[in-house]
Amino acid sequence: MDKWPKSILIAVLLGCLIGSPFVFQINPYYYDILLGIGISIILAASLNLVNGYTGQFSLGHAGFMGIGAYASSWVTLSYGYCLGANTTSTTTVFLLALLGGGLMAGIAGLMVGVPSLRLKGDYLAIVTLAFNEIIKGVIQNAEPLGAQRGLGGMVQHTNFFWTFGFAALTVYVVVHLVNSTYGRGFLAVRDDEIAAEAMGINTTKYKVLAFVLGAFFAGIAGGLYAHFKQFIHPEGFNFLRSVDIVVMVILGGMGNTAGVCFAAVLLTILPEFLRSVSHYTWLPLWLQQIAENRMILYSLLLIVLMLTRPQGLFGGLGMPRRRKDVEK
Amino acid sequence: MLPSTFLKTSIALLAAGTLALAQDEIPVGEFASLTGGSASFGQSSHKGTALAIDEINAGGGVLGKKLKLIFEDDQSLAGQPATIVRKLISQDKVVAVLGEVASSKSLEAAPICQQNKVPMISPASTNPKVTEVGDYIFRVCFIDPFQGTVMSKFALSKGWKKVAILTDVKQDYSVGLAEFFVKHFNANGGQVVKEQKYSTGDKDFKAQLTSIKVTKPDAIFIPGYYAEVSLIARQAKLLGIKVPLLGGDGWVGDSLLKVAGTALDGSFFSCHFSADDKSPSTQGFVDKYKAKYGAVPDDMAALGYDSAMILAAAIKTAGTTEGDKLRVAIGATKAHKGITGTITLDEKRNAQKPAVILGIGNGAFQFVETVAP
Amino acid sequence: MIEFLQQLIDGFSQGAIYALIALGYTMVFGVLRFINFAHGDVFMLGAFAGLYLGPRTLKLFGAGPSYIGAAAVMLLAMLVCAVIGIIIERLCYRPLRERPKLTVLITAIGVSLFLENFGQFIFGANPKSFPELINNRAFELPEWWGQFSALTITISQVLVVAVTLVLLIAMRHIVLHTRMGMAMRALSFNPVAASLMGINTDVVISFTFGLGSALAGAAGILISIQQPSIDPLMGVNAGLKAFVAAVLGGIGNLPGAALGGILIGLLEYIVVGYVSPTYRDAIVFGVLILILLVKPTGLLGSSEREKV
Repeated sequence: MDKWPKSILIAVLLGCLIGSPFVFQINPYYYDILLGIGISIILAASLNLVNGYTGQFSLGHAGFMGIGAYASSWVTLSYGYCLGANTTSTTTVFLLALLGGGLMAGIAGLMVGVPSLRLKGDYLAIVTLAFNEIIKGVIQNAEPLGAQRGLGGMVQHTNFFWTFGFAALTVYVVVHLVNSTYGRGFLAVRDDEIAAEAMGINTTKYKVLAFVLGAFFAGIAGGLYAHFKQFIHPEGFNFLRSVDIVVMVILGGMGNTAGVCFAAVLLTILPEFLRSVSHYTWLPLWLQQIAENRMILYSLLLIVLMLTRPQGLFGGLGMPRRRKDVEK
Repeated sequence: MLPSTFLKTSIALLAAGTLALAQDEIPVGEFASLTGGSASFGQSSHKGTALAIDEINAGGGVLGKKLKLIFEDDQSLAGQPATIVRKLISQDKVVAVLGEVASSKSLEAAPICQQNKVPMISPASTNPKVTEVGDYIFRVCFIDPFQGTVMSKFALSKGWKKVAILTDVKQDYSVGLAEFFVKHFNANGGQVVKEQKYSTGDKDFKAQLTSIKVTKPDAIFIPGYYAEVSLIARQAKLLGIKVPLLGGDGWVGDSLLKVAGTALDGSFFSCHFSADDKSPSTQGFVDKYKAKYGAVPDDMAALGYDSAMILAAAIKTAGTTEGDKLRVAIGATKAHKGITGTITLDEKRNAQKPAVILGIGNGAFQFVETVAP
Repeated sequence: MIEFLQQLIDGFSQGAIYALIALGYTMVFGVLRFINFAHGDVFMLGAFAGLYLGPRTLKLFGAGPSYIGAAAVMLLAMLVCAVIGIIIERLCYRPLRERPKLTVLITAIGVSLFLENFGQFIFGANPKSFPELINNRAFELPEWWGQFSALTITISQVLVVAVTLVLLIAMRHIVLHTRMGMAMRALSFNPVAASLMGINTDVVISFTFGLGSALAGAAGILISIQQPSIDPLMGVNAGLKAFVAAVLGGIGNLPGAALGGILIGLLEYIVVGYVSPTYRDAIVFGVLILILLVKPTGLLGSSEREKV
């Protein structure tokens, strides 16, 4: 178990290196979806650290993504050419901006992580949701960030290599962390917080760490997103976006990184697949219309999944079941 | 976890959905919001565009080929326009993109059209920044500054010297209109007696209206969207405010009069088009629209129609669908007789065209006058 | 001064609406210890029930708007919402009763999203005009009030506050003085012991859901009388605000929910009037976080220890 993350990371990074010259030749639409997949993997894997492994419930991941997106865009827009105009310098600034965005999001994660010490379950979910709305509200009022107009003009730095490089890094960090001796604390907090505390585990530290790390990677994902779409808008980081990510984690199975990554891939392709389905004129009209309304299907999926397989499609395969499920 | 496996699956899945295009068709892309928050505008503009394409094809198409409209719904979601436009350009090989109404959506799609050298015509994004993205981006509507000035001129011409303003601070559109209204109004002998704010989604405006009422203005300028304006009008009536309300094209929406009832009688707003216009081309459009959709077309429908018509005309002049030549042809549009007036595109790729001022009486729109730029 | 008083009056009547919705949140939470995320959307369905049933019902009581007609529409909408609430509980929440709270919360989010999006699909996304149930107008304030006679108090505002008060008292009566209410309290205190005492938990929970949803339905009608423009997403914001209200007052506590609703309504209007409308949501949510950090049990809630 300890060995596989490292080998996977190396394999994916190598694959990205070899693959990156070739992906430029593929259809830009598929390229768009492909990068969307990478960004989704980062978001889902990082949220999985909070929701899956540590057993907290965050409904505000898109807020951190937004912080990363805005912070990194602000950096590249203001200082994009401070090191020179050649590719190496602008890419360096871009990477520093990503890091800065991630750090800003991480600091915000700290601010959310601290309340999590006193709250759990439903309450925590609502607080993270509230934070998401507050972050959105602050951006909407921030003139230098374009406020309600949205922010544009970023150069497209994000490419296949960086996206999947960071996706691999996120997956690696998350998996490596929870499988390390140190990281077992996350699982302990999830499985039984009181018992964990009694065993001398510093539950505070683990919860805050999960939030900060999760937010950091969400910030990176936001930076990648901003420098790919080249235009960001506060409404793009609202509660619904957070729900999208939560659905990925739940579908994949909380605390199952491979499953979550697969769900991220699936749920990024699904809307585009439904888009093409909505063009099949041989389907009955109402079916075409339902396919256009992907949120109807998403919500049904969520309900049915919870009723029939609450551990997710792939949950419970590699991980011990949660205590309450076992009892049942 | 190798992404390439998923890539292959995804390509296979998506390719299955690709429409096979016959050689004798010219694919034209369109994106709008049919669902979600701004669906009302998107549905109208899409209907107008689709009607125009049908009409062009019924008349034999352009360059001997029929136009094929490939439409995608962006569900009013940020992030969608970029993906959609990439799909339209790379997969459907569209020669041009039509859309969107909301400026934030157009701003997301514009850089991609610009980079791929595919002309994009926005029917109704009034934010000045949209066409500043690049020389492939056009619009067929006037921009915010113009509308603010038009309403100021109109108020002054009516002899209203004291005007209060109620702005939707959450909408750049509203703030822009108010800014240019104030500038022109104060410079030309008017006086803005009170400026009040609200934000999209508000439902209660009695406090703002109360403070406006005590200043006894001659008129109130409310450059917001119909959803809030209709409620503002009702509440103004409740408060006994009898002065006319003034507004911009954001007022256009099918629920404006349904919700406001008679509360808006005596009010005026600027917009792009009047269904009451007696000119044969407008009446022809209104009749065809009614026949197809069973409703009276609004501004967004008319703008959507014009955007498609201007594109078709430009394809004819260019004699080709190559992006570069098409761009030049669209940019050279002069005195195009559109449903929303005579349209000339200026060097900033914005439409120079008159605004229409409509009045409201007995719960219906009435044509008042046309204001040239 | 006048403006400030007007803000308070409007905020108070808006707060009464939040209070009604918050009552539903609080009752369900009191009994089941979980947040019914879809509650705000049931409120939306109440408004739409009024939209479709309103004109027909009004006709039964004479052609024009009338109070008795409005009352009938409200009762009908409450009934519709109660049935919807019970169906939601039966289909989506009951099978999950023994599962972790998070599973139920996620399901509730799913139900909420489903109602919102299916609502857009069925009703259309555009705002709809709500039929006039009563002749809403402003009271003529007497001259001798001086400058205060410039204030606007509408019939609907008085109606909202009155109906909320009546329903709150009725709820309190049901919870404290009926057999069903005793069963609800028993269930809230200890579900296992309650069922051992012969209480049919399924019936009690269905009843609670029905009651809470009926309150949301009443709120849906009341808000539509005040602001006659309704859309399928109207429940999102109202639901969240009402939830904040319920937490502020101490979730599980009926007078607390009412108090929280009024406070949130007042806060919103003061923020809109004196800070900026764009900060309204952010500040309300900021209050929520503050409350949860300082006094998680809310203003009127009693503290409770987690049992191991």
